[in-house]
Amino acid sequence: MSEGVRDGEYDDWLDAVEDDEGYYVECENGHGWLPPRRVCPDCGSRELHEEPLPEAGEVATHSAVHVPTPQFEDDAPYVIAVAHFGPASITGMVRGADPEDVEIGTVVGVEVGERATTGDRAVVFRPR
Amino acid sequence: MSDPRVAGASVTSFGEHPERTGRDLFAEAGLAALDRSGVPAGDVDALYYGNFMGEIAEHQGHQGPLMAEAVGLTVPATRYEAACASSGAAVRDAVRAIRNGEQEVVLVGGMERMTNVGTAAATDALAIAADDLYEVRAGMTFPAAYALMARSYFDEYGGTREDLAHVAVKNHEHALVNDNAQLRKEITVEEVLDAPMVAEPLGLYDACPITDGASAAVLTSAEYAERHDLDAPVAITGTGQDGDNLALQDRQSYAATPAAAGAVAEAYADAGVDADDVDFAEVHDCFTIAEVLAIESLGLYEPGEGITAAREGETTRHGETPINLSGGLKAKGHPVGATGVAQLVTIAKVLEGTHPRAEAVPAADVGVAHNAGGTAASATVHVFEVKA
Ligand SMILES: [Zn+2]
Repeated sequence: MSEGVRDGEYDDWLDAVEDDEGYYVECENGHGWLPPRRVCPDCGSRELHEEPLPEAGEVATHSAVHVPTPQFEDDAPYVIAVAHFGPASITGMVRGADPEDVEIGTVVGVEVGERATTGDRAVVFRPR
Repeated sequence: MSDPRVAGASVTSFGEHPERTGRDLFAEAGLAALDRSGVPAGDVDALYYGNFMGEIAEHQGHQGPLMAEAVGLTVPATRYEAACASSGAAVRDAVRAIRNGEQEVVLVGGMERMTNVGTAAATDALAIAADDLYEVRAGMTFPAAYALMARSYFDEYGGTREDLAHVAVKNHEHALVNDNAQLRKEITVEEVLDAPMVAEPLGLYDACPITDGASAAVLTSAEYAERHDLDAPVAITGTGQDGDNLALQDRQSYAATPAAAGAVAEAYADAGVDADDVDFAEVHDCFTIAEVLAIESLGLYEPGEGITAAREGETTRHGETPINLSGGLKAKGHPVGATGVAQLVTIAKVLEGTHPRAEAVPAADVGVAHNAGGTAASATVHVFEVKA
């Protein structure tokens, strides 16, 4: 596992997802983002508040990665996906499903797993 | 306002030169551009230089003055970093500096040394053009990002791996006569489809290679070119740049590149042209799907219709609007920081009639360069016209 200082609100967010208390930040116009954010890139609002992450998200796009970066060498092949959780979107690795079974629209939950290669934390989706 | 002229332009051979230093690569391109321009080195006012992964590849930051020195100049020299659009961004600032009269002669260029670190480290380095926290740490690679876009495109508009394969086949065919190209080998649709997968639905032949190389061009004001009787008929008449959320996940759609569309709108308006005027273009085809998204951004095709352009022959050298006569990034090679200016070099040569594929567009007046960084979180577009 890589040692080092924490990356502020990013690691706080991973901790929260790990504790099943995942959240996103939302502006008053309903645009959702992962932290850290001080301003909504869509509307410029600086009034961001935390909202609980929905239990389930939907895969918006996906790919089975065969040639990884070195930090994911022992994880490959793996499926990477972007999933929509309400107004917030998250990128993660899909585990617990055959790659062929992952489709746009597949319903997934989000959790924090470990990279096989380095032991570092990684965002993981599981079909539910 | 004076539209800058391309007085001289050059690229090194693109390919695997693992033992050649970055400074030597750039010196070769820069000196050749200066020699071709007929401009004395003492007249150069500044260097605008693109480079992406120099700290990783050569443990070398602060490359602006280093590269100026490599071509024998002591002038203000600044490095531009916008991932794969680094030297496109350098061109844009050079154009603006000449137009506003701050500078009369600018050397613009780029360099990337990539093969010395090996494929794994180069893959890692390219990945950091994505969002480190929310993409790279989630397993994103550069090909995977474009694979996510391809999957989204197929879902939204239709299209097949075979459609994409035709883009690769076309660009390889275009590169056959390009002496500077990295891959001068004809390929078939079957070979593309049978190649090992990199990130589904993209295989090895949907991806550009890892490349070492440099590019450079001498840009001058029109007045300078006239005063010194330079042979510089090609002008840069339009420039545009736009941006987008860095991470793909934060965008509205993954099947389009709004930053490129924004840059196109700005560049066309600046030049006073529209898509109908475009005779040919060099576009950022780091992956086959990227060329499809590029020709749609350029307004040559409606969203969802660019996917069949190569298969129908419309973007081949025999087609109505040839795309990537150089072979594109796919076959010519993609030394990341050098690519934007390498596109400029190709377009200037085609418009001058000195490019080996110039016969494809013998009466061309307007060429366009489309240079994208990352998943097009950065995009620059330039319009080139012949001004005798
Ligand atoms: Zn907002």
